[in-house]
Amino acid sequence: MNYLPKSLAMGFLLAIFASSSVMAATHPVTGETLAEDQTFTYSLLDEFTSVDPQIVEDVSGSDIVRDLFEGLMNQDADGNLVPGVATGYTTNDAKDVYTFTLRDNAMWSDGNPVTAHDFVYGWRRLADPATASPYSWFAEIMALENVGAVMSGEASPETLGVSALDNHTLEVRLTSSLPYFAAMTTHASTYPTPEWVVRTSGSDWTKPENIVSNGAYVLTEHIPNERSVRERNSLYWNNDATILEKVVALVINDENVDFTRYLANELDKGTVPSGQFIRLKQDYPDEATSFPRLCNYYMTFNLSDSGPEAFKDVRVRQALAYAIDRSVITEKILQAGQINAFTFTPGATAGFEVPPVAFGQMSQDEREAKAKELLADAGYGAGNPLSFEYIYNTSEGHKKIAIAAQQMWKEVLGAQVTLANQEWKTFLKTRGAQGFELARGAWCGDYNEASTFLDLLTSPSGYNDGKFSNAEVDSLMLDARTMDDASANYTRVEEILANEMPVIPIYHYAGVFMLKTNVKGWPYDNVEQNWYSRNLYKVAK
Amino acid sequence: MINYIIKRIGIAIPTLLILIAVSFYLMHAAPGGPFTSERPLPPQVLANIEAKYGLDQPIWRQMINYLWGVITQFDFGPSYKYHDRTVNEIIGHGFPITLKYGFWSFIVAVGVGIPLGAIAAIRKNTWIDYLAVGISIGAQVLPNFVMAPLLIIVFTLWLDWLPGGGWNGGAWQYLIMPIIALSTSYMASIARITRSSMLEVLNTNYIRTAKSKGLPTKVIFFRHVLKPSLLPVISYLGPAFVGLITGSVIIDIYFSTGGMGYFFVNAAFNRDYSVMMGITIVVGSLTILFSLIADLLYAWIDPKIRY
Repeated sequence: MNYLPKSLAMGFLLAIFASSSVMAATHPVTGETLAEDQTFTYSLLDEFTSVDPQIVEDVSGSDIVRDLFEGLMNQDADGNLVPGVATGYTTNDAKDVYTFTLRDNAMWSDGNPVTAHDFVYGWRRLADPATASPYSWFAEIMALENVGAVMSGEASPETLGVSALDNHTLEVRLTSSLPYFAAMTTHASTYPTPEWVVRTSGSDWTKPENIVSNGAYVLTEHIPNERSVRERNSLYWNNDATILEKVVALVINDENVDFTRYLANELDKGTVPSGQFIRLKQDYPDEATSFPRLCNYYMTFNLSDSGPEAFKDVRVRQALAYAIDRSVITEKILQAGQINAFTFTPGATAGFEVPPVAFGQMSQDEREAKAKELLADAGYGAGNPLSFEYIYNTSEGHKKIAIAAQQMWKEVLGAQVTLANQEWKTFLKTRGAQGFELARGAWCGDYNEASTFLDLLTSPSGYNDGKFSNAEVDSLMLDARTMDDASANYTRVEEILANEMPVIPIYHYAGVFMLKTNVKGWPYDNVEQNWYSRNLYKVAK
Repeated sequence: MINYIIKRIGIAIPTLLILIAVSFYLMHAAPGGPFTSERPLPPQVLANIEAKYGLDQPIWRQMINYLWGVITQFDFGPSYKYHDRTVNEIIGHGFPITLKYGFWSFIVAVGVGIPLGAIAAIRKNTWIDYLAVGISIGAQVLPNFVMAPLLIIVFTLWLDWLPGGGWNGGAWQYLIMPIIALSTSYMASIARITRSSMLEVLNTNYIRTAKSKGLPTKVIFFRHVLKPSLLPVISYLGPAFVGLITGSVIIDIYFSTGGMGYFFVNAAFNRDYSVMMGITIVVGSLTILFSLIADLLYAWIDPKIRY
């Protein structure tokens, strides 16, 4: 009976040793002491649509897919391109053939190696009409050879311009030169897909019990509209560098409850309720964060035949754009670090220098004086007031901005503006069918390049609801596609827009969130806010 | 009685069919569709998707196909918004949650509401009555979208007693706040109905007779007062029970329970036709079922009613 206390003492000592070694864990690069519990819990405002790389269409779903899967290239904390499954790539002079070399130690979570064939399968699946992916248009803007014919079902997916030269070499053939093609492979829809799992489990392959993925995490639990859990994937090629053990995403539909639960320490990352950023920044200066987003907020004139005659006059459009005091909207109404906009493209966009457009250089008093002058020249005044209707989709935030603009137009220009709100999908239908006079609009970039915004105002764009058409803009944007540096074209297009004023830029978005101070590694400087949980870690408090 | 039940079921089936047809047409009459978005899909992509889900067919054919799937295979189709889930899975997951917190809210509402109303009636115009009426009016005027965040602030943030939301398989800690928030207004209504109906019964001649012939108060209350005073309460409980177990969007939003109410409302905004129809059918069937049960209960309690 003597051995028992001894072994107990031994066990006790070992336990002390083990726990102290856990507690002493430090970050391999920074040397910070790491927290014992490496679980990161954050909130989603809504249930994500899918974790299938070729099906997912929302931001919160893409954030999860980015953890579960890994594409050819990744982004670093500043948004720069860094190797993912590919160790690098080469391209021809014409920049229409790209050859990616894949690392040989990348593995799926079931132990199979990740090969070029898995990418070929994923990309074909994206374009295949049988998949019916809502994101298959991404394959189209990637300009893959034969993509149009494949998407319309005229050609088989096997004819798509992507092939595996061997297990670790992927060749991509494009219909036109795309200098920024490699950056597009950070997008979730280009991630590889395990064909054998999709074949055996069908549409159930993304369920936690079936899913096989190649990212730093695997999906271990998913309860719709409540929570999803992803845990570290021990077979990930760079698993040694991962610090967070577990990532929990909770669906919390109300932003005030979200914030309360953040304060109650149920969340490491939470939402800032709208209009409260300034106060929270004072109370929690190290936790409340605002960052510029690649999104714009604008009002679009209906310039089609169904639009009002008044808006065909450029002076009227300019007067309305000049009369809006953007500072009131960003500083008094929104109060979360939004940026006054005088250009369509946000200044945070990579390679885009905000051009000094004339009306952006004036003071608000000068703009208002000019607005009055322009409208009087166009023949409107006290005896013949300008009147029109502004429509927006139902939301408290949009309503406040609409009321502010209505008031500004009335005070500065004497314009009589009626406001109308419509439920979201009804609104989209109305705007898409040019059933409006002036309508709210907003756009978020699909990739970090000015063309993602400016293409919207070209004649062939399907998103150009105001039907603005300018031959010079069209040709500048067409040329920009194949230029190594198209910034001069983008500057010129913005100047044309400032003169023609087909849309009134109001502000450029800011994103806000609360993040506990012990969470480190957040990519604050990545303007697309593409974050990877494997780069985050929690330090001991 | 049996004949009456058969007759009611005979009426229920066409009622349900009419409900489905009207909902189906109304749903499609709303502008936009499941794949309308700020980023309009290229026509080819949209055509592919609509062909996959059969949305390219005429509405009457879509409805027949849909009904055929529901009747023959109990298949409510795929969700157009949550691509990883079918409607059967969404309802199969959400309905038990809603049922659980709804059922317990019902028990609490009835278990507190009826005694509260009864005490108020028996001790009319005393401080007990005023207190009971005060509580029920307070509970009635405090809407659950105000109560829910208040409960979270008090019990989660200040006292740190209960988790601020989630479901965790329906563990009791996660049930308390949803039940309080959901049951109070029902509890208040039940208390008020019980009180007024009991006051009426207490003033009837036969109770006076019972009192004058010297029956003990307990006997009068349980044998002669309680049953007739519950009649109006029961006609209220039928629809109330359906309302409670078919989901509350407020509870689902504030407490992140994952119940059916949020999916129902969200499906309408998303034009997620199949989810909307699936939940409509479930809620419609339950409403018909429970109004039948309430009618039968009524007959059992009230000897004047015979089917």
